[in-house]
Amino acid sequence: MDVLNFPFLSVMTLSPLLAAAVILMLPKERGENARMLGLATMIIGVMLSLYMYIAYNQNLPAAGTRWADTLMFMEEHEWLPSLGINYIMGVDGLSATLVLLTSIVGLGGVLISWGISDRPREFYAFFMLLVAGVQGVFVSVDGFLLFFFYELAVLPMYIMIVIWGWKERREYAAMKLTLFLLIGSFISFIAFLVLMFKLPEAGLPITFDLRVWSEVHFPLSDQIKWFMPLFMGFGILAGVFPFHNWSPDGHVAAPTAVSMIHAGVLMKLGAYASMRVGIQILPEGTVYWMPLIIFLTLINVVYGAFVAMRQRDMKYLIGYSSVSHMGLVSMGFASMALIGFTGAGVQMVSHGVMTALFFSVVGMIYDRTHTRSLDELSGMMKVLPWTAFAFILGGLVSMGMPGLSGFIAEFPIFVGVWSGGTLDLGSNAVFGWNPSAYYPYIALVAALAIIITAAYIVRAIGSVFFGEYDGKKWHDMRPIRPIDKFVLIMFSVILIAIGIYPAIIVPIVESAMMPVVERLHEAQQTFTVIDTVQHIAVNLITWLGGA
Amino acid sequence: MSEELLTTLTWLIPAGPLLAFFVITLFTNRSRTLSWMLAWVGVLSSLILGWTVALNVFAEGAHHLEEHPTFIADSIAWIPFGSHVENWLRMGVAVDPLTAVMLIMVTFAIVMIFVYSVGYHNWGQPLGKVLGVPNHMQEEPLLSRFFAFMSLFAGAMLLLVVADNLLMLFVGWEIMGFCSYSLIGFWYARDYHLGEDDIPHISPRKAGIKAFMTTRVADVVMLLGIVYFYRVFGTLNFADALSAHSLEHAVGAVGASAIGVMALLLFTGTVGKSAQWPLHVWLPDAMEGPTPVSATIHAAAMVSAGVYMSIRIFPLIAIGAGPESTVPVGWVVAGIGAFTALMAATIAVAQNDVKGVLAYSTISQLGFMIAALGTGAYVAAVFHLITHGFFKALLFLASGSVIHGMEHGAHHVHDHHTDPQDMRFMGGLRHKMPITYWTFLIGGMALSGLPFVTAGFWSKDEIFASAWHAYNAGNPIGIMVLIVLAIAAFLTAFYTMRQISMTFFGEARSPLAEHAHESSNFMTFPLMGLAFFAVVAGWVGIPEDFPILGPLVDNNWAHHMIGATLHTTLHHLSEAGIIAHSYAIAAFEFTWVPLIASLAVALGGLFLGYEIYGRNPLQKGEEDPLVKALGPAHTFFNHKWYWDELYDVLLIQPVIWFSETFVYMWMDKGFIDGFIHLVARSFYGFGRYVRAFELTVFGDGVDWVKDQFLAVAATFRQLQTGRMQEYVLVSTLIASALAFVVLAINYGWLDQISQMF
Repeated sequence: MDVLNFPFLSVMTLSPLLAAAVILMLPKERGENARMLGLATMIIGVMLSLYMYIAYNQNLPAAGTRWADTLMFMEEHEWLPSLGINYIMGVDGLSATLVLLTSIVGLGGVLISWGISDRPREFYAFFMLLVAGVQGVFVSVDGFLLFFFYELAVLPMYIMIVIWGWKERREYAAMKLTLFLLIGSFISFIAFLVLMFKLPEAGLPITFDLRVWSEVHFPLSDQIKWFMPLFMGFGILAGVFPFHNWSPDGHVAAPTAVSMIHAGVLMKLGAYASMRVGIQILPEGTVYWMPLIIFLTLINVVYGAFVAMRQRDMKYLIGYSSVSHMGLVSMGFASMALIGFTGAGVQMVSHGVMTALFFSVVGMIYDRTHTRSLDELSGMMKVLPWTAFAFILGGLVSMGMPGLSGFIAEFPIFVGVWSGGTLDLGSNAVFGWNPSAYYPYIALVAALAIIITAAYIVRAIGSVFFGEYDGKKWHDMRPIRPIDKFVLIMFSVILIAIGIYPAIIVPIVESAMMPVVERLHEAQQTFTVIDTVQHIAVNLITWLGGA
Repeated sequence: MSEELLTTLTWLIPAGPLLAFFVITLFTNRSRTLSWMLAWVGVLSSLILGWTVALNVFAEGAHHLEEHPTFIADSIAWIPFGSHVENWLRMGVAVDPLTAVMLIMVTFAIVMIFVYSVGYHNWGQPLGKVLGVPNHMQEEPLLSRFFAFMSLFAGAMLLLVVADNLLMLFVGWEIMGFCSYSLIGFWYARDYHLGEDDIPHISPRKAGIKAFMTTRVADVVMLLGIVYFYRVFGTLNFADALSAHSLEHAVGAVGASAIGVMALLLFTGTVGKSAQWPLHVWLPDAMEGPTPVSATIHAAAMVSAGVYMSIRIFPLIAIGAGPESTVPVGWVVAGIGAFTALMAATIAVAQNDVKGVLAYSTISQLGFMIAALGTGAYVAAVFHLITHGFFKALLFLASGSVIHGMEHGAHHVHDHHTDPQDMRFMGGLRHKMPITYWTFLIGGMALSGLPFVTAGFWSKDEIFASAWHAYNAGNPIGIMVLIVLAIAAFLTAFYTMRQISMTFFGEARSPLAEHAHESSNFMTFPLMGLAFFAVVAGWVGIPEDFPILGPLVDNNWAHHMIGATLHTTLHHLSEAGIIAHSYAIAAFEFTWVPLIASLAVALGGLFLGYEIYGRNPLQKGEEDPLVKALGPAHTFFNHKWYWDELYDVLLIQPVIWFSETFVYMWMDKGFIDGFIHLVARSFYGFGRYVRAFELTVFGDGVDWVKDQFLAVAATFRQLQTGRMQEYVLVSTLIASALAFVVLAINYGWLDQISQMF
């Protein structure tokens, strides 16, 4: 399905690396060249990924296509064939979408950081590195490459938070974030390796090629044993409860551009990888565990919203709201229905753009007032009307207002969860209950979060943007720059466009979800009724003993 | 007109105001004049298109419409689900008789409100300087923003009315919710510094948040209802899902009780939007918005939308209340409606804020409609919805005109402490504001149900008659509703007369009222327009066998036209035994009981009100006679049954505690972070031990070993003297010692030595 022989993905992934190297070689006094170089790289990225997105949209794979055949823009080169490691890149519908998202958020990040004065060369170099890492994960079709890029994305996060972050929290937050993410990926990697050495049992050579993995059927006992490590290891990055705690701290401490990438894209990395590696490789494990995991995602959704309601710091508020919204992504997966998966995919994009918008607004306000406290800020509508409109728009998306992208994402997720999966889950009972019996109640409780979300968003809008404006309080107040306006408009347009005309994104996301759900369907048929809780105890013992 | 043309026109009904919103926001927001003119153009286009479409529907005739109630239907694909074209969620428009009558009322009322707003915001006067507060007698500086949001609001309402599916209805519904938030909080910088005796106000900003949040709670439940609806029917289209065939199929598949649950989930949306108990608390506070906003939200658009939605899904309610269902949907709906009607009426009796009385009156009247729905009288509910839309919009606008006049007086005498909305400071406005007086009187009489003339009488009578017939058809809900509503209607007539007397009769009780004067033509013209309909709109619904009047007018046109919407479906369902007979009554004979009831309560209430307040109007400083007459009950009513306080203790404080203390402090900071920090600290502590070990063993230990070596070496260094003789000597000594040891081992001397000990 190659469109051209031009290596789109390599150019897109590696050009930021190249840019980073060039930026570091620039002489110190030419910091402004660094940002020009960064901007150029990001624009190239946006153009290439937009082209790929459109091209993919025009050749959507038909329903029932194998995952390996839905990949486009493939590039294959031998790397370490003796170890089964190869340089394979390609995109399916979801990764094409997320690559575009990354490029756009990256562009926004570069523009938002335009005025940075503290070591701009290093800042842009690390930012490029970060973007390269994220893009690399989305386009990797080789497991080793995926882990490689994953680690590549974590490293610059740490450095950028520690150097450019908020002074009071940055060391703590950076350390917390890095440890969580590295431990998570380590756990996943172990599980991945264990499974890889079981490939010969299935009559396959040892390989990291995910196309092979996406069709292999591991024995049921292995699936059950290794699904949790594989899924949850990446799930940490998606902020799955109770491993969500690093993320708000990281958001708060990071500089604006990094917060944007972090909440906008990096958390999607976790969700993407947990789906691509966790769910797709181990469908039986998924079917086994998801009826339990959905409770974790439920806690995620409601709990994040409740904590957000209490926050007085805008960044913490958005951070916890991200936890809540990412919970909806995992909940979409846990619905195990195509419609829920599709909603989860759309939610990744919607939430990515929305938080990027939020963080850019907070960054703009912080630059001028040097505070993010809801109690201190007031009446910003008068001086910064653009930020107010953008924040309100983001808030409406966040609370799932129809006509904006949030609704397009949340409605299918709720339909998916309510339906208890089109799989008609007869397979797996938790506490003796059949999932299809309690899934609707999950939707019911999760809906509570929508109310809470509305509460904290409306409160934040009210206290930051409305009320009295005290002109004497702020010394550094200046109007929004045209560049910032451009960023706000760019994000807003995406949110509105998806909301009004969802057909620009839903089919392409759905095309990527179909092979995965197809595999879950197959898994469903080979499954017999098991009571999860009873077997967890047994499995835990075997797992501890057998690992 | 051809059907294609009508379809296109239907699509364009909400387009005008929506377009006006975008143009005002993006381009003309700096010119206030241009903005309101654009807004006018937008809603006028809706009025013309809406009436054209509606009149075309009416021209079709009730009999023909009974067979094919959906006169116009067209849709486009919107959200693609399932990659198959047939699975797309579709957005579309549909017009049936219900939509048509709504179009008549909504578009007209909105145009009148838009005209009024220009005068209300003092267009043409010197420009006000302060943003976000009312600028009395000066042009509103944020006029463009006002008209932008009003246009969006109007567009959303019309979108909701013409929607052919639940999803598009929900879109309009939510946009209205957001607009109500921004419009109620329009004067965002306003704050009150209240004395002890003042009527309690919350600031507009908080009122907006309260309205938004309260309705939001209901909306989320409604969203779940939509999800369930989609799950059961596989579509959100009204015509497809709510056809007799599809409903029978659904009842067979999931059971009538499940349908009842679905109906209740959706009905919760109505409870929020139409301000029914227990979610009614937002509406009175929403009076903080500018008066045209109150008229739009509380009469013509938003609260009507709630009832409209319940009427749309009436077959689900009927099934839920039917014989096969175990969920008492009928009792729930009728009970909430009747209780709300009565409760709000008692509160309205004891209010002194001129808009406050109307606010509770609105809640009460909406309760009438909901109660009617619960008994199965959806036609009566629609009819009352329409007439109420006209006369309540009129009353709000007229009260706004009164307040405007009072504010003028306040400006004149430089009194900015007296509340211009408090009826105790009014009085004698009849001569100062004649047009406002006469139109307010007409609206008030319609609200009280003054017999035989006003629209309110005919629609209320229809509700009573339907309830009575439901009772006779074997539905006990009917008699409950009839009795409760009769009491509520009595109170309605009473508080209306009280309001009119306190406002307009007698002598001025404050300098404000003395210097009040009539409002501008922008404001009085819409009053007259609405007053016309507040009377005439009822005449289309006079029962055909009503004594004397019945034969004079057409044969109860409203009943047959509105009834055509669901007649066939309900008939089928009733035949199939899924719904009770009393929920599918198409037409009924005239009887005297309900008529006497409605005559008695309307005239009785008016009479009593006139006796207490009209005959001897309040004097300056005189206390309201009700305070003494009702005693503690008056305090209870005056404080709105203390619902706000109750919710604060029961809901708001626990939620705050839960989020603040339990979830954040205990769980997140305490448990999860505590655990993480514990792990971190134990690693750190372990690290310190390792370091200590390292320092002792590999640091000090190695140093010690090294030192020993050095010491030994230092000793031995003395041996290195460089003299060959000493080397030979030492070597010989060592060699001898070694030889001695070897010999000793060989000959077992060591053993002998060890045995010695």
